[in-house]
Amino acid sequence: MTIGRTLLQVNGATKRFGGLIAVNGMSFDVKEHEVMGIIGPNGSGKTTMMNLISGELRVTSGRISMQGSSLSDLPPHQIARLGIARTFQLVRILPSLSVIENVIAGGAFGHAKKWGSGARFFAESLLEKLGLAEQMYQPVDALTYIDQKRLELARALASEPQVLLLDEWLAGLNPTELQVGIDLISSLRDEGRTIILVEHVMDAIRSLCDRCVVMNSGKKIAEGQPSEVLSDPEVVRAYLGDE
Amino acid sequence: MRTNDWQSIVIAVVLFALAAIVPFIANGYQLSVAVTAVMYVGLATSWALFSGPTHYISLASGAFFGVGGYLVATGMSDYNLSFWLMAAIAPLVAAVLAILIGLATLRLSGVYFVIFTLGLAEMVRNLVSWIQNNFLGSRGLYVLTDFTEAHIYWMLLGVCAIIFIFGWWLGRSRLGFALRIIGNDEAVAKHVGINTAWSKVILFMTTGFFAALIGAIIAPRYSYIEPNQVFSPELSFLVVIMALLGGTQRLWGPLVGVIPFTLVWEFINSNFSNFSTLFLGLAFLLIVYVIPRGFVGLLQTWGEKIRT
Ligand SMILES: Nc1ncnc2c1ncn2[C@@H]1O[C@H](COP(=O)(O)OP(=O)(O)OP(=O)(O)O)[C@@H](O)[C@H]1O
Ligand SMILES: [Mg+2]
Repeated sequence: MTIGRTLLQVNGATKRFGGLIAVNGMSFDVKEHEVMGIIGPNGSGKTTMMNLISGELRVTSGRISMQGSSLSDLPPHQIARLGIARTFQLVRILPSLSVIENVIAGGAFGHAKKWGSGARFFAESLLEKLGLAEQMYQPVDALTYIDQKRLELARALASEPQVLLLDEWLAGLNPTELQVGIDLISSLRDEGRTIILVEHVMDAIRSLCDRCVVMNSGKKIAEGQPSEVLSDPEVVRAYLGDE
Repeated sequence: MRTNDWQSIVIAVVLFALAAIVPFIANGYQLSVAVTAVMYVGLATSWALFSGPTHYISLASGAFFGVGGYLVATGMSDYNLSFWLMAAIAPLVAAVLAILIGLATLRLSGVYFVIFTLGLAEMVRNLVSWIQNNFLGSRGLYVLTDFTEAHIYWMLLGVCAIIFIFGWWLGRSRLGFALRIIGNDEAVAKHVGINTAWSKVILFMTTGFFAALIGAIIAPRYSYIEPNQVFSPELSFLVVIMALLGGTQRLWGPLVGVIPFTLVWEFINSNFSNFSTLFLGLAFLLIVYVIPRGFVGLLQTWGEKIRT
């Protein structure tokens, strides 16, 4: 899919926690149909950046906008309704809901507003697509870790998002599961979805991302195609001692 | 609609019809117990509509109930207004009060919310007593109507029917689904597009509305009303205990808690009234430790055992 117009713009986004500046003047654009990676050592501010986009946290200064309209002052539910869906670094399943209800939850309120038999049908098709057809009627607490991650992804996709935020969705998977996970995201990419993904798994970054932004101590230290960026001396230096 | 739904509707209609003929067959004492029971069915069921899915335990029922009773009493006693007018105004006032309390407290979580609602209920009670004593003359209020106990019973039964229909609708609605998601994980709720504050406030408002309506309808039963008596904190605790005893996962849960509890409560109050508070405390502990999911939970566990 060819990369289209600019969908999301981050302009000088800054987040302070007391004396700590977790995100410091970050700027980047995300275009339609693009998969953009955010990488960086532990504690460099990647999750905080995702939280700023999804509205979990408010920027201290700077501006985040989607198709020209500002997101920075909106509460998370309104940002979700505009079409930004996310998963969480530590997987969050709704434990007292059934598997299918977990997926319907993603679509009922947000961008898609699907309800009733249409929502159920759509949720079933998503579960099948993500390889959870057999687990559809199991209790959620019987799901394995990767299945929980799939379920969370299905919930995010249920809103038919314009931009999908994945925070270390591949973390914690074993090598076989990792390949399955990469293939899954790759299939989303082939559908032309716009994705921002935070990852530590470099193979995933190389094979999935059109472009990536490298963060260190809250700042952007590099941006470009994965192969270029990963050989940038400053990036290598930032990662030394971490990897 | 599935056959299951039709079954539930038929059972509900039959039970409702049976309940409606109680005044024709019960003696005076039995009818007065029945009035107390339907009152608590309404209070506990509407309480559970909000607190069941969200797990926000509210101890404000007594305050809303009191607003209902007090407004009817003051309107009729001091301003010569009709019972019907006051019974219509009271729940609206309580709904506004609930919105204000909700906006102030629903950001709090867990135990802070519980304490806050209890504190606020006490504050409303003291405020009303203070206004009554300082500005309106410290006399009691008379609620004189032609209603018999049976009339009050039927009115309360009608309110219960409305609460059940509302609850049935809620269980199938997006709003009800939103509350369940909020009860599971509020962060997820926000990020799937739920206006969590608004959803909680709407339901909290609904419980306040019904509690005040019930308080207004039952006011004529007492004839003579003092603020300190209608704003009873004990009522808030009873509502919570009965709802938890029945179980809040099902719409009919509180109902199966209220009926046995009201009978036992009546018995204890008339025979061992010195021990009623002690009993309340013990009942609360027992429910929390022995049947945390109430009778509904017990039935579900037994059902699963029988099937396997
Ligand atoms: N709510 C918060 N309050 C205070 N400090 C925070 C908060 N959230 C994050 N931080 C701090 O901000 C910095 C950036 O954290 P963040 O979670 O964004 O890093 P990250 O790049 O996602 O790290 P990781 O790779 O370990 O997930 C850290 O120093 C962290 O301790
Ligand atoms: Mg992180």
